[in-house]
Amino acid sequence: MSAQAEPAGASGPAAAVAGTAGSAGPEVVGGPAVGTRRRVRSFSLVAGGLIVALIIVTALVALIWTPYPALAVDPAGRLAGSSGAHLLGTDQYGRDVLSRLMSGARITLYTGFISVLVATAVGIPAGLVAALYGGVVGQAVLRLTDILYGFPALLAAIALSAALGASTTTAMIAIGVAYIPVFVRVTRANALGVLASEYVMAARAYGRRPWAIVRRHVLPNIATTIVVQMCLLFSLAILAEAALDYLGLGTRPPAPSWGSMLQQAQGYLHSDPALSLWPGLAVFVVVLGFSLLGDGLAELFDVRARR
Amino acid sequence: MAALSVRDLSVRAQGLELVRDVSFEVHSGERVALIGESGSGKSLTAMAIVGLLGRGLSASGEARLGDEDLLGVSERRRCQLRGDRIALIFQDPMTALDPTMRIGRQVGEALRQHRGLSRRQAAEAAVKLLARVEIPDPARYAHSYPHQLSGGLRQRVMMAIAISCDPDVILADEPTTALDVTVQRRVLELLDRLVREEGSALLLITHDLAVVSEMCDRVVTMYGGRVVESGSVESMLTAPQHPYTDALLAASSAVSIDGASGEPLPAIAGSVPAAGQFPPGCPYRDRCPRASQQCTTMPPLEAVGDRTVACWHPVGREEPAAGITTEGTLK
Repeated sequence: MSAQAEPAGASGPAAAVAGTAGSAGPEVVGGPAVGTRRRVRSFSLVAGGLIVALIIVTALVALIWTPYPALAVDPAGRLAGSSGAHLLGTDQYGRDVLSRLMSGARITLYTGFISVLVATAVGIPAGLVAALYGGVVGQAVLRLTDILYGFPALLAAIALSAALGASTTTAMIAIGVAYIPVFVRVTRANALGVLASEYVMAARAYGRRPWAIVRRHVLPNIATTIVVQMCLLFSLAILAEAALDYLGLGTRPPAPSWGSMLQQAQGYLHSDPALSLWPGLAVFVVVLGFSLLGDGLAELFDVRARR
Repeated sequence: MAALSVRDLSVRAQGLELVRDVSFEVHSGERVALIGESGSGKSLTAMAIVGLLGRGLSASGEARLGDEDLLGVSERRRCQLRGDRIALIFQDPMTALDPTMRIGRQVGEALRQHRGLSRRQAAEAAVKLLARVEIPDPARYAHSYPHQLSGGLRQRVMMAIAISCDPDVILADEPTTALDVTVQRRVLELLDRLVREEGSALLLITHDLAVVSEMCDRVVTMYGGRVVESGSVESMLTAPQHPYTDALLAASSAVSIDGASGEPLPAIAGSVPAAGQFPPGCPYRDRCPRASQQCTTMPPLEAVGDRTVACWHPVGREEPAAGITTEGTLK
């Protein structure tokens, strides 16, 4: 986590060369490495990025075109296997599985987005407050965080859905709320490290006020860690949403969410196992994609920090 | 009139007095050196003046910048003064620059804060400042990140930040300690020139007495959180009166050019005690070869001519009645 502060401490190649060339002429080297971007050979980053890009494109395409309308029922063509007409077959109402999966991608992205938005919108400011004010205010934020953290995420989501009625948005807000503590803690821990650094002291020495320092120095320096954390939460939120849908507490049928598709396919596990396979595979791939992207970004930032 | 006037400055932490009753003045255009070993309270004094002491440390006394007492004004006002009328140059340029912010933006920060410049105006001013601190190709370096610069260049950047708002007073806390020896001299020459051009008062905290003799007008020696001696550079470095200044000089001037004197390098006996471990009375008496029973009471800071010295048995002023014995000397 302190890796972000490293470039200043570690003497980069420029500093090392300057040391040897220092005796002759001014202590200048070839100058800053402009335009030499390190090539990223991280499998995680490329694979994760491709999968996430694919999902986003799919969701966008589904907005304007799917092979069949996602909700179109065809009693005559129930439980049809893969064919030229229906690439992934049809479900028990004769709806095209591929079309439903494509529309479901949009719901999936929406759920991840809402959760991450809620968790970061509350968690990051709270973490910054906790880091900046050590006294009663900071302690209060941390204790509230502890209470929230003690509450199982899925249980909180179920309770909220039960109270407010099942809907995708309620479920996702619940998941987001449950992950607020993670962001409070990650933000606070990293912000404390940055606030203790000499460049923050230098910023104070030229007259910057605390919240200006947070905006200009703390946030840019902890952004990398936070972005990685956001990717991980995105994948967790998608899993949680699938679970809630499966329990009937998330997206209401007939909306084509992957979780509810799985739930409905359960009844046909013996006669038509492929019906369960596709939505399950879709959840798996998306979660994998966001996890890989998170890992890849962490690697990338780490490499840059050590440069 | 003094640009910076420090009166009875004390710094406390948990009942310990880390800096005690420090007083000195720095006039406009004057360069004052603050010398002493690590742990003598030099940096604490500087941080107390600008109000940047860490948590748990509190300062009392007075630090007048012009007609305002830095210790008495609100934190809001202090933020307005810091970087504008009083600037700080840090010891380690490797850690004092934000790794995520481009050099040009960092240099322009103080100007945007205090002069209300727009982003573009600040960027233009930053390039000019970088040129003033003799950074080659300033326009290009303004777009670099700190890790792309060498230590010497980074310290130049720190200086550019320090002078950006034409401060009345510059505090430089060992500005060359973290640099290569080959680079130190150039950075000091630059500092010398900048201070002259700005007409600022300079408080230079340093170990390097050679630098002091070249750059400074007056010297203040600190030991155990107290000022033990002060005076002009000529008199202090040629005829130190406090045994501690004398010992510092002996330890730093002993390196002969031919390196073949055969004599061991003189060192000051013992080491600086931890805070709170100083003996009562004169804090130096445990290590002082001239200490006597009288030294168990703190000698007052007495002014003799342009000098002030706090010692019962000053060097070069042998008084027969003083009765210098070694009896009082503790090991």
